[in-house]
Amino acid sequence: MVEWTAEERAAIQGVFNKLDYESVGRESLTRCLVVYPWTRRYFGGFGNLFNAEAIMANPKVAAHGIVVLQGLEKALKNMDDIKNTYASLSEFHSVKLQVDPVNFQLLSDCLTVVIATRLRTEFTPDIQAAWQKFLAVVVSALSRQYH
Amino acid sequence: MLSNTEKELIIQIWEKMLPVAEEIGSEALLRMFTTFPKTKTYFSHLDISARSEHLRCHGKKIVEALAEGARNISTLTTTLAPLSRFHAYQLRIHPTNFKLFNHCIIVTLACHMGDNFTPVAHAAIDKFLSAFSAVLAEKFR
Repeated sequence: MVEWTAEERAAIQGVFNKLDYESVGRESLTRCLVVYPWTRRYFGGFGNLFNAEAIMANPKVAAHGIVVLQGLEKALKNMDDIKNTYASLSEFHSVKLQVDPVNFQLLSDCLTVVIATRLRTEFTPDIQAAWQKFLAVVVSALSRQYH
Repeated sequence: MLSNTEKELIIQIWEKMLPVAEEIGSEALLRMFTTFPKTKTYFSHLDISARSEHLRCHGKKIVEALAEGARNISTLTTTLAPLSRFHAYQLRIHPTNFKLFNHCIIVTLACHMGDNFTPVAHAAIDKFLSAFSAVLAEKFR
């Protein structure tokens, strides 16, 4: 069981309260596809992902960004049992989508960077630590159902 | 592989960071120590608390080395040879830690540059830091 201090819960909730799902979601997925181009292999049906400009303008990337953040919100609402909350999502990523779990960390890092560009000095080292602990638990839960 | 545009971007960014090297470097280190506490095990000989003299001084050294690397991207191996030997034979840092620090440098740049830290700049810096770390770890074995 993951232990969360009151400060960590507050920090994580605080970050979420400031997230515009549409904008942060789109930009996080965009950065992942730009900074780590091999991740494009998972988005064959998204059309033009050939360069940074195309990815930034791609409506399917934008739509999917929102889906990702809505998924994260589920984890936020069930912070004391992310493992079970994500069981079927994990199976979906492993069996249907066949995503190498190593890539979850990449998207997670891109999301953190986008949040840093938005929150700037408000994203203190302590808040970053709490936020990354949350994402580490999410990534671990998503990686569990690989057999 | 870095394009010429990316090399330009990298030089520009580190030129901007040089005047605030102490601030940027110490913040990146503090972020790494806070988010990844195991990294503190390499610094038992220093006072690495927030705003300490050691932290600021060490942070400055790192940013200056990164800026030097940025100015000499095509000759990284020769430029960084002394640092490379130092990391391999004296410091002996487990190579996975380079990634953790690189991530914290990127988060620090993102906090300071905001939207100016565009996806393209992010990609260029990420590639640069990977190349830099690879050279630092080159002599490990």
